[in-house]
Amino acid sequence: MKKQAYITLKLFASLGKFTPDSADNYPVEPGTSVRDLIAGLKIPEEKAKLIFIDGVKGELDSTLNGGERIGIFPPVGGG
Amino acid sequence: MKLNDGIKDRIRALSNRKEFPDKTPYTGISVNDIINISGNFGISCREIEIASLEEEIIPERYVRNMKSFSATDQATLLKSRITIVGLGGLGGVVTEILARIGIGTLTLVDGDIFEESNLNRQYLCRENFISMPKADAAEKRIKEINSSVTVRKHSEYLNEENAEGIIGGSDTVIDCLDSLTGRFVLERASKKAGCRLVSAAVAGNYGHITTIFPEDPGLKLIYGDPENTQDKGAETSLGALSHCVSLVASLETSEAIKIILGKGSLLRNKLLVVDLESNAFETIQLL
Repeated sequence: MKKQAYITLKLFASLGKFTPDSADNYPVEPGTSVRDLIAGLKIPEEKAKLIFIDGVKGELDSTLNGGERIGIFPPVGGG
Repeated sequence: MKLNDGIKDRIRALSNRKEFPDKTPYTGISVNDIINISGNFGISCREIEIASLEEEIIPERYVRNMKSFSATDQATLLKSRITIVGLGGLGGVVTEILARIGIGTLTLVDGDIFEESNLNRQYLCRENFISMPKADAAEKRIKEINSSVTVRKHSEYLNEENAEGIIGGSDTVIDCLDSLTGRFVLERASKKAGCRLVSAAVAGNYGHITTIFPEDPGLKLIYGDPENTQDKGAETSLGALSHCVSLVASLETSEAIKIILGKGSLLRNKLLVVDLESNAFETIQLL
């Protein structure tokens, strides 16, 4: 059985509707990429414009090992 | 600036010894006296205020700035030039604050006119201003607030052709636009003109803000490659709320003032993210 890890997930603005119930303690397999994470959440990849991991900009290919705080922002352009 | 001694004598003669709320003394001069000296000597109110500050005589309109700014700081603001691109939700609040704080020259850029859906959040929009050019309303508002501010008005949209000419010579440019493609046009022009740029965007209860110097990577860190960027973002589905727009616009002015005074920490290569739904404010490192 694979080891389970947990992250804190925050989906901003129009991505809020994809937030799972367990966002504060969301299970991931260690080594999961952000790309896999957002695919699992059914978030269209082009909407995940800005990814931050523990307060630092991340990428779709960034990997998660558990314990991280992930934030994902869609493009926002209103003024 | 060389003003004749007669003007400085007049400023001194009309000044008054007063006290701040904490009872420390200062010498002040009233708005009306500034306007009268300006009229008598044929010199702009802005120059009279700068001359007054050089004598440590504080124009009364700036007295409540003076525990945060020195007289030299206030004169620096009066000598500075800021360009505000977009005069809608963000731009209306930015215009109001910068006129009150005493930025000497404000260049206003927007080719749009007001419509009724602007009334929920755009401070410059009023019921009787529907169909009025936004740049006209902004100029009118500034003149009502602070006659020392020089206004340069452009009732046109910024584009690749006119951008450099409009923003050239600005100390700082503030991005108050409502499209992603427009923001990249402005960023390119700002970099080319060597101008520092403060950029913010909002959608519903959310917003973010950053500061970009000409040598910084800038917007691509937030939106990705400009070639693959759509024109509009989450605001299409979430709209824009007055309280969120106003907050983010205030943050833009705070950055611009710090840039001009060279004080405080800036959001260079950082993004301040605001989420009013869960009261989350976080500064993230873009690099």
